Amino acid sequence: MNWNVGDCVETREAYGEALLELGRRRDDIVVMDADLQRSNKTYDFGQEHPERFFDMGIAEADMVCTAAGMAATGLTVFATSFAMFLPGRAYDQVRLQLSYGRENVKLAGASAGLTQGPDGATHQCLDDIALTRQLPNMTVLVPADATETYLAVLAAAEIEGPVYIRLGRYATPVVFEAEYPFAIGAAPVVRPGEDVAIFSTGIMTALALETASILSDRGIEATVLNIATIKPWNEQIILDGAAGKKLCVSMEEHWISGGLGSAVAETLAAERGTPPLLRIGVDDRYGQSATADELLAHYGLTPKQMAEDIEKKLQ
Amino acid sequence: MVDDLKLAELQVTARQLRYQIVRMMGPDKPHHFGGSLSIADLLTALYFYKMRYKPSDPEWDDRDRFVMSKGHSIPAQYAALAILGVLSLDNLPTLKQLGSILQGHPNARMTPGLEACTGSLGQGLSFANGVAMAARIRRLDIRVYCLLGDGELQEGQVWESAMGAATHKLDNLCALVDRNHLKSQGDVDEAKQLEPLLEKWESFGWHTIDIDGHDMRQICDALDEAEAEKGRPTAIIARTAKGKGVPFMENQYKFHNAAITREEWEEAMRSLAPEEEVTQ
Repeated sequence: MNWNVGDCVETREAYGEALLELGRRRDDIVVMDADLQRSNKTYDFGQEHPERFFDMGIAEADMVCTAAGMAATGLTVFATSFAMFLPGRAYDQVRLQLSYGRENVKLAGASAGLTQGPDGATHQCLDDIALTRQLPNMTVLVPADATETYLAVLAAAEIEGPVYIRLGRYATPVVFEAEYPFAIGAAPVVRPGEDVAIFSTGIMTALALETASILSDRGIEATVLNIATIKPWNEQIILDGAAGKKLCVSMEEHWISGGLGSAVAETLAAERGTPPLLRIGVDDRYGQSATADELLAHYGLTPKQMAEDIEKKLQ
Repeated sequence: MVDDLKLAELQVTARQLRYQIVRMMGPDKPHHFGGSLSIADLLTALYFYKMRYKPSDPEWDDRDRFVMSKGHSIPAQYAALAILGVLSLDNLPTLKQLGSILQGHPNARMTPGLEACTGSLGQGLSFANGVAMAARIRRLDIRVYCLLGDGELQEGQVWESAMGAATHKLDNLCALVDRNHLKSQGDVDEAKQLEPLLEKWESFGWHTIDIDGHDMRQICDALDEAEAEKGRPTAIIARTAKGKGVPFMENQYKFHNAAITREEWEEAMRSLAPEEEVTQ
């Protein structure tokens, strides 16, 4: 892990590096992929530990249940595919074997969100946070950058029970320094501000910081809280962040229904006197084929557009 | 190999197992009678003849594993575990009652002796593959048994796992198919055709054995043969009758999941009571 703040790195790269580190530290770590190991960066683990790596073929449902059987027999399994297929395609298996069965399997859903890019809507998962955060016993992690991803993968291996980790293929700026003390459940304030509270997750945290910077030039000070742990959900973090603000904003590369925005709304709605909430993400429609940057612009997820939307909402 | 004395003992146990299934289900409440009774002989051979198992320590790391993929038939496994003393016989009638550890479909976290959560069909064989693969990595000398329904074979995931088990040459794995020809709403093959079933498993790279699933000697011999088979997994296609042991239920799809009257229940109990009581 030797990334510098500002370097642009895909979080799937950090996943691959963290698996290598885990594989060297522990002989109970097994990695599975469903024919996407070069894309998902599990390939190097397979080269280093062929006896503990399995290409499960294009069979995600089978992969989840096989991983559960392995976990029940004393191993810690990282099962990997695109988020669209894991949890998407294998939702029933994730629900029964991992959530209900509490097996010690870590799911990595790679190439999540719009920034999957050219493959289009069929491969751009915008509902994985919604699918996993409603499941009892799951831990759901959406790291913001390479550093946080690396630390989140190591942390996931340390806890007993099922974890979902969302990964991207977008080269996103590193936000956190190597010394960053990642902890499941914590939500660091990555920028302070008095007027607006921005709750961001995944690659949106880097974009939220840029947005806050534009807002600051216009006299609006926004705090940015990085919500990497979607579950277990910490209501107090949201309420503390919202206290005294004129507006709350959620930012996610996900449908605005069901994900982070919904979770924040649920928390704010239950309390008296909380600020209004602007949910930023993809509204009730699908993505399409284009480059990641074109898509972020088209769906209104650029710092410039988001700053405008926030300013408008404040008026 | 099973000897005549053991065989006679197993037949008595199988009858006792069926009796416990019907006793725990009781009258007037819908239960999965048919598919629980059809597998009673298979479970008896597994738990009382073949599997390496310590009832005093159901979490023993070196135990053979049994995965009930057709989760709705879990009462048969509850009965076997209760006869072994892993579960309490007295507790069996709490099946599906609020707060009971005996859920309508298996929850391995709730009930001692269960290995997997199943109920959504098609998942158990993948799970069993995982156990068999992990046993290799951990160098555990164990065998893994997985029981599937024939209707369940219509779930595509079963064939994903069938390919996987053959690819990994899981000769420590044995699948048993409860071939009773009936699913919840009628004939299995009329909805999606399974035949030629033996050839399907063979073409997927499995060793296959075709048996009468109510002939205890054939079951025991097939389990021995499966253990001796090297380099590939074995599928035992057990031809069974849904509802076996209760004459009015046999081969009737409507007893897949149905309530019976008190009179019917008493009749069923009589037909399964220990033989010495019947002759008295």
